Amino acid sequence: MGHELIGFLFPNDVHIHWTLMIVLYPYVTGLVAGAFIVSSLYHVFDREELKPLGRFALAASFCFLSVATLPLLNHLGHPERGPMVVVTPNFSSAMAGFGILYASYFLVVILEIWFVFRADMIRYAAESRGFKRMFYATLALGVYDTSEEARALDHKITRILAAIGIPMACLLHGYVGFLFGALKSNPWWSTPLMPVIFLFSAVVSGIAVLIVLYQLAMKIKGMPIERETISALARWLWLFMIMSLTLELLEIMTLAYEKAEEWEVIGPLLANQLSISFISVQMVLGGLIPLILLGIVVVMGAYMDDRIRNTLSMVASLLLLMQVLAMRWNVVIGGQMFSKSMRGFRDTYVPGMFEKEGILAAAAILILPFLLLVVFERILPTFDHLGQKTGDLNLDLDSEPRLG
Amino acid sequence: MNKTNQTSTRREFLRQSALTCGTTVASMAVIALILPDDAYAAGTTSEYDWDKHRWVYLIDTRKCIGCGSCARACRKENQVPEGMYRTWIERIAIPPEGEVHVDSPYGGEHGFEPDPPNAHVRKSFFVPKLCNHCSNTPCTQVCPVGASFETNDGVVLVDPKQCIGCGYCLQACPYGSRFMNPHTRTADKCTLCYHRITKGLPTACVQACPVGARQLGDRKNPNDPVNEILATQRVQVLQQQLLTKPQCFYLGLDMEVR
Repeated sequence: MGHELIGFLFPNDVHIHWTLMIVLYPYVTGLVAGAFIVSSLYHVFDREELKPLGRFALAASFCFLSVATLPLLNHLGHPERGPMVVVTPNFSSAMAGFGILYASYFLVVILEIWFVFRADMIRYAAESRGFKRMFYATLALGVYDTSEEARALDHKITRILAAIGIPMACLLHGYVGFLFGALKSNPWWSTPLMPVIFLFSAVVSGIAVLIVLYQLAMKIKGMPIERETISALARWLWLFMIMSLTLELLEIMTLAYEKAEEWEVIGPLLANQLSISFISVQMVLGGLIPLILLGIVVVMGAYMDDRIRNTLSMVASLLLLMQVLAMRWNVVIGGQMFSKSMRGFRDTYVPGMFEKEGILAAAAILILPFLLLVVFERILPTFDHLGQKTGDLNLDLDSEPRLG
Repeated sequence: MNKTNQTSTRREFLRQSALTCGTTVASMAVIALILPDDAYAAGTTSEYDWDKHRWVYLIDTRKCIGCGSCARACRKENQVPEGMYRTWIERIAIPPEGEVHVDSPYGGEHGFEPDPPNAHVRKSFFVPKLCNHCSNTPCTQVCPVGASFETNDGVVLVDPKQCIGCGYCLQACPYGSRFMNPHTRTADKCTLCYHRITKGLPTACVQACPVGARQLGDRKNPNDPVNEILATQRVQVLQQQLLTKPQCFYLGLDMEVR
């Protein structure tokens, strides 16, 4: 692999067991949790400025969630035994909670999507014929009631599901942080702050990806980018990134100030192996710069030309997406760059391009949710309702759609 | 079909389903309760009773000469893949001043170069390492499917037929005792030669050690000499502060050994 070992490593510690795939897994689930929380800000807390994103954020969350298990399965030595985590869980393991958390969260997201898009599905079924009609009728599960009361009920259930989804998104992602934070064997992971750091950075990545996707989607659809929406997203993003950055710094500073025994490895780790990915990327390029850019958007937003606001928040979001990925990398890979002998380090870790868990596989997994999102958008457009009046649908549907 | 009739049929159906479900769950529970003991007893000799033993391991670092026989014996006995180690030997060289030097070329399997790495070293010794078979195991705790487990006689094992290969146990072990077996794609580690000790044989490493630096002991055997040592001499364990309760004890350990 062309890497060098510095100092003394336990002979089994020279391997990186958790590779790029385990970097991606918390990254993708972070996007899930973050996007869902934005969607809930609209559906639960009625943040009207986020209305254009209420549905889209939910769809994005669903698409990321759909691929979240792929990096894990690709990583497992025996992916065919993966389902055993759900079938025969060992409940003393934090990882055994995965199946339950993931499955129940998936259920909440799917249910919410169904209730949000139910009226649309029925409308599309009514407006189309043949296979398409059958498809939408199937999606609607044979319920074609779009009366005022039925839609009020949809609304109510959506709100409840979105509300349940918030603690679940927090759990799902806090749990990912817990997997690392609760290992006493690793001084770089073992901190109760870990789930909290993961959670906040998850929200950061989720909002950031929505800022990027929203602007792109509006460009593609030729729809206007709402000033209030971008301003609100930028404000939330700024808030969450400040919290996330503070926590990340606090962790390091406490260790450094305490001169705790952990610092013996973490100090050199940050100064050498992680100097670029942690200090340059996670803290400066992905931390300080977006902090300033978003600060400008938030503080001077009222006097700002829309294009400047959009560009600034776009650049800040892209940088933050990189920052969160770097943070995942620094945690997962960083925690394996030193030996548990606390006397030795690997000098570098560069994943291969074509290996099973290499860069190409990672890129494919990262692109997949965006392709899914395009498909989703084709089937259930998430922005179309914005142009219409939300009056009665007044459908010409009997109790069942006439098929054929 | 009138309404009352329908309700009673439905009730009947529900009752039947509940009964079926209940019976299935109950029988599965019974099977689950019986299975583990039977399954592992099957792998051992019929006279072996795992409730009558409690295995411990004792290493006298003052005796070890760093020949590497134990590591070679282990590799041969257990078909340990190249580059992976179920046991290894470290050489600790502590100069009066400056950095402690630790090395373990090829896990010490082929012995060590005679020259000390630092000419001024006056304190140097060998420390054989292996899985500590902790009784408060962080590795079995984290296994999501229970493929890694502790036997009744105190040995930490991995069932390669159940292991999903997630590597969580590798991360959780503070001693670096586990590795991913590239052939089976499952977690692998020292089994304390379970296939041997349950037949009354010593582990391969204990048998190969020419100086008696490694000893296997049975806590439940009152006449075991290891028990006598544990009872009367000052022993240490590795990384005691982690409270994993290792069942591998050391004589003559230095504070520089981690």
